[in-house]
Amino acid sequence: MATADIHITEETHHDGHEHDHDHHGNFWTTYVFSTDHKMIAKQFLISGIFWALIGGILSVIFRLQLGFPEAQLDWLKPVLGEWITPEGKLDPEFYLALVTMHGTIMVFFVLTAGLSGTFANFLIPLQIGARDMASGFMNMLSYWFFFVSSVIMFTSLFIETGPASGGWVIYPPLSALPQAMNGSGLGMTLWLVAMALFIVSSLLGGINYIATVINLRTKGMSFSKLPLSIWALFLTAVIGLLSFPVLFAAALLLIFDRSFGTSFYLSDIYINGEALPNQGGSPVLFQHLFWFLGHPEVYIVLLPALGITSEVIATNSRKPIFGYKAMVGSILFIAILSFVVWAHHMFVSGMNPFLGSVFMLLTLIIAVPSAVKVFNYLTTLWRGNLRFTPAMLFSIGLVSFFISGGLTGIFLGNSAIDIQLHDTYFVVAHFHLVMGSASFFGMLAGIYHWFPKMFGRMMDAKLGYIHFWLTFVGVYMVFFPMHYIGIAGYPRRYYSFTNYDVFNSFSDLNMLVSIAAIVTLAAQFIFLFNFFYSMFRGRRASANPWQSNTLEWTTPIEPGHGNWPGEIPTVYRWPYDYSKPGAKEDFIPQHIPFSMTPESNLPHENDLIKLEGDNDVEVVKVDEKK
Amino acid sequence: MFEVIIAIGAILLLVILFMLFRIGTLVNVVKGTDKKIVGTSNKVNAVLMLLFMVGSFGLFFWYSWVYFDDYTVPLASEHGAAIDSTFWITMAATGFIFILTNVLLFYFSYRYQHKEGRVATFYPDNTKLEILWTVVPAIVLAALVFTGLRAWNDITSPASADAEVVEVMGYQFAWAVRYPGVKDNQLGNYDYRLINDREGNPFGIDVTDENSYDDFAPLELHIPKGKEVLLSIRARDVLHSVFIPHFRLKMDAVPGMPTHFKFTATKSTQDMRAELGDPEFDYFITCTEICGRGHFSMKLKVIVDEPEDYEAWKAEQPTWLKLNPDFLEKVPADKRELAIIKAGIDKEELEASL
Repeated sequence: MATADIHITEETHHDGHEHDHDHHGNFWTTYVFSTDHKMIAKQFLISGIFWALIGGILSVIFRLQLGFPEAQLDWLKPVLGEWITPEGKLDPEFYLALVTMHGTIMVFFVLTAGLSGTFANFLIPLQIGARDMASGFMNMLSYWFFFVSSVIMFTSLFIETGPASGGWVIYPPLSALPQAMNGSGLGMTLWLVAMALFIVSSLLGGINYIATVINLRTKGMSFSKLPLSIWALFLTAVIGLLSFPVLFAAALLLIFDRSFGTSFYLSDIYINGEALPNQGGSPVLFQHLFWFLGHPEVYIVLLPALGITSEVIATNSRKPIFGYKAMVGSILFIAILSFVVWAHHMFVSGMNPFLGSVFMLLTLIIAVPSAVKVFNYLTTLWRGNLRFTPAMLFSIGLVSFFISGGLTGIFLGNSAIDIQLHDTYFVVAHFHLVMGSASFFGMLAGIYHWFPKMFGRMMDAKLGYIHFWLTFVGVYMVFFPMHYIGIAGYPRRYYSFTNYDVFNSFSDLNMLVSIAAIVTLAAQFIFLFNFFYSMFRGRRASANPWQSNTLEWTTPIEPGHGNWPGEIPTVYRWPYDYSKPGAKEDFIPQHIPFSMTPESNLPHENDLIKLEGDNDVEVVKVDEKK
Repeated sequence: MFEVIIAIGAILLLVILFMLFRIGTLVNVVKGTDKKIVGTSNKVNAVLMLLFMVGSFGLFFWYSWVYFDDYTVPLASEHGAAIDSTFWITMAATGFIFILTNVLLFYFSYRYQHKEGRVATFYPDNTKLEILWTVVPAIVLAALVFTGLRAWNDITSPASADAEVVEVMGYQFAWAVRYPGVKDNQLGNYDYRLINDREGNPFGIDVTDENSYDDFAPLELHIPKGKEVLLSIRARDVLHSVFIPHFRLKMDAVPGMPTHFKFTATKSTQDMRAELGDPEFDYFITCTEICGRGHFSMKLKVIVDEPEDYEAWKAEQPTWLKLNPDFLEKVPADKRELAIIKAGIDKEELEASL
């Protein structure tokens, strides 16, 4: 693990020497404490990749236990030490720690910081036509808070009592009482501190994204001309800004309960031969607070991926995204509804059943905008002229996961069905497909698509195809069988099922899942190789390799500080003029005025030509040679 | 030695793969294919889309059909029928959409793969279509909501007054059950501060309450077939969750906040053994809320008896007070006589032991 860390630092370092001339600062201000949004995006990306690797490895370790319960794991002793029992088995408590840390890392450190942090930072200024973020300094702080948070979370993996182990939802009293399990001691304290810093980071970033989108759009870039990726990232930041403080409050109260003897979440507890003095608190209160963030968090993770996909699918279908307004509307509607569905995680928590009915209704309503999005993606593909770039493949994969995982949400959102399926593998299958894998694919699509803009070079497409097919098939092989296991009633977070005759019939399926998980993780090394190799040795990118319409492709191939050397281009049209009838080429970038395209203008667009003169700004031509 | 050979082999394999990759890249440069936006790979990917679809739907149908009995849990409760029917109605609706949309996704990907000279259709919106696929899902979902709502309201409605009440308590890492007793049929009060495992009072039973004298705490959960049972659920340390898969029953056990779940079992343990052809079969409670190291091992046997067997079983259970006569001392003096009678303690034996 430590070597991977050093390796990554080295890579960034080398990357530095290649285009020193673009910048004026020294090494520290340019690559470490940079305020340039592109560099911060890359920092988030590299950190996100590092965490994804850790999260993936943790999952493979617990999949070994689940798929091969009889296997001797002595060979892991050099790495895991005491966590491997003398009999060569994984310690049951460490198993829970693995599950907990896998969830925490993937949800927050990879799919929130790694995804939003990378693409909001990278794309917002470039796609709306801004020189940088509204506050470069806050942006830098955002990354470094995240970095410190990462260091603390990473450290917690190595302490003697182990990292937090009460599940990524850290429900008290388990997480509040160190005597309930080892992981609830120092590990939990570090978890809470790391998350508090993480929330600060995410708020600093979010405020910046929102301010930038509202204030720094270039001339002509009205909200109705924003690419869907920006819409998604913008609303994601709004959701984060409104929901993360609630998690902060929940964590703070938990810290009080743990360290200062308060009783927000604790009542009537007898543990380890001792009755605790705490009375009057409610564990269910924590669940409400947690899921008030927790559910919006799902959309914080998913919406950026959907935004990226919209962009990639439109570009590579050579067609406008179908129903732009409906796409924006559905993101907006999902963003609002995401705040009023949280208690569907709590149907059997003991809360009032009437609340259950209300939240079932609200939850199933959220399926409507999701359905609209799927149908709009399908219609975008229909009669297109599809180019299967790796980014496009991952986007199509995302849509498939979004369908498969989203539909099972209709089961779980139904409180009656949830009685049986709650906390079984069905839930695991559901959210790993719709939130985990879909968002992960969105992130990969984004990396493949914008790699040329980030590093001025192309990633190898063939390796990308191999990576996609192995991962796509692998992910389905991992998560699809879990539906059956869940319907059969297997509870999640079980170290072993050998105590139960009823639960012992799926050892073959569990083995298949574990093998698929190992293959899927292995396939990610193809990506890693491609990513780092292409950064230095990849083919040089052209200015607009995907023939895309959005503004970032009008910058120099490797944009310097400030993004555009001259004036920022003015925007005249929406970003989806692909294959417009009559046009010379099958794409017309946003900065081309209607006066230059009389052959393809629609009637109402001809009327807009008159207004274009008023801007009195020359269109910036991209220097192709540069 | 063996490890070294494997390591060398792995390194060689990686080197070979890297060489292949380099050769492939160079060939592309020589041929000039790397400059083309769309190459032959496009066709390969399009075909793979179709193959993937056919292959995975094949697996899906095959497994779902052949192993149906393995992954479905036999049903043994009244309300469970409503849950199962909601489940299968939802399955039918979502299954249809699942197949339709995935087929369209992969078929479109194949059908509309890049062709030289073809221009994509400029088709930015169609309000009618969009309204259609907003309204239709909304109607389908409304129908599903109402099916679910009806089942949910029935399941969560208050239990009838004559339901059999049984207390289930979760603790690290087991379940304990307590019955209200045959004499007064009322569970005695408890207080968590009275809990004392060493002295034999895991429930924190309050012996100043007369109702507690005939309570009994067996090692298995017995319930009658065909009669409504109300589980009164609590936890004494961390969260747990009572899950009985065959009864479609799940409810969290929360310290400081008792919860409830009512149900009626429809098949006795014997019935189910006959149905499954498995003489070893037993119902069980298991835990579905992460509760620590032993989370996976919190299993309690559940036995569904014919009503008359159940009454007989209940009658012969020794009361908790009888098994823990030391607690008689804590019973207020004026109630001690009553306690001895209600607990069914043989007075002579008691005196002999003192």
